[in-house]
Amino acid sequence: MKFTMTVSPDFSPDHIAGWYVFNTWLQIQSEQSIHLELYNSFEKQREDIKADKIDLIYANPYDASMLIREKGFVAIASPFQKSDEAVICVNSESDYTCVEDLKPGCTVATADDPQVSTIGMIMLEPADLSSGNITVDEFKNYVMVAKNLISKKADAGFFLKEAYDDMSKFIKSQIRLIVSSQISIIRHTFLVSPNFLENSSLDEQGVRNLLNSMHETEKGASTLKSLGFEKWDNQDHEEAEFMIDLMDTLID
Amino acid sequence: MSDVKISYYDGTKSVKTIVDEEVPYPDGKLIVSRTDTFGNMTHFNQAFVDMSGYGEDELLGKSHYILRHPDMPAAAFADLWNTIKKGEKWKGYVKNLRKDGKYYWVYAVVVPNVRDGKIVGYASVRRKPSRTKINECVELYKTMLAEEQS
Repeated sequence: MKFTMTVSPDFSPDHIAGWYVFNTWLQIQSEQSIHLELYNSFEKQREDIKADKIDLIYANPYDASMLIREKGFVAIASPFQKSDEAVICVNSESDYTCVEDLKPGCTVATADDPQVSTIGMIMLEPADLSSGNITVDEFKNYVMVAKNLISKKADAGFFLKEAYDDMSKFIKSQIRLIVSSQISIIRHTFLVSPNFLENSSLDEQGVRNLLNSMHETEKGASTLKSLGFEKWDNQDHEEAEFMIDLMDTLID
Repeated sequence: MSDVKISYYDGTKSVKTIVDEEVPYPDGKLIVSRTDTFGNMTHFNQAFVDMSGYGEDELLGKSHYILRHPDMPAAAFADLWNTIKKGEKWKGYVKNLRKDGKYYWVYAVVVPNVRDGKIVGYASVRRKPSRTKINECVELYKTMLAEEQS
């Protein structure tokens, strides 16, 4: 049986090759045939999740909630010491120095990333800003968000912190960070579907053993490096459930 | 600075030193804590420790009401407990009391931790509130407190 793995579309373009290497590593280690399907948009990926076309996924916390509670996916591991944070930036020449300087009627650029949009909107709350009194322009990726800031079409922009960190010096010189989230507890998670656990030769513990020991071999360690983290951190059922509870507090 | 006697819902009382000085909520941070079904703290993050002014060992296992500021009306907490015990989400603005007697305002969201259909505890996440909302609540809570004390 052939399985399909995918990755949340908010991954850094620098890690595309890394995910293909990871897929190859996982196929060899698990002795399963796994196809890697990467998506440009969250919407298309969700359509395929709803159609039960996905068996393994490196999911953002927003989608992990739905996958665990509605689709019965099992959380296996998260990147070690790597949480999902968002930042708000403005044009470097603007007068905005803090969130409270932004006023109702302003325009905010964001990518099609529900989790970053959620955290970004929370960071705007101290300025009495919400989707009801600002204009939110959504773009395909974070480079487009930066371009809108640089061209002054947007007053502020939301970025996944990792995406902001990976931007070129040239782009960063034209935008300025005004606030960064420090949430720490919300992380991407590797999940497996009930279909995979039922029809592959690996059970849940087998998948956990593979990922949790991945950093111990040279090949595994180099593959992890290409994904941008050091090792996997085991995530048990309760930890995943608690993260979902926390996500629930962030969504109105 | 003044000493104020605070009565809690379980009948216990304590005298707290109140300092009329606000500690600003740090930008971008979330304060997270988790309690058992009785409101005793089982987990909290560093932001919680930092803002409360207490040490970790002074918080673990203690009731969440250790942070209760005397300016908060009892009705607000009654509403919180009535809501979360029904399995629903509660949201509201809260003035918290630090160990040093100073205070900080939060926008709090509390959800029940439901496992296998049963509530096994509660998770609370606080974030930075807007000054407009704080000012509205200062007036509202004053009125509510006056009614409770009349």
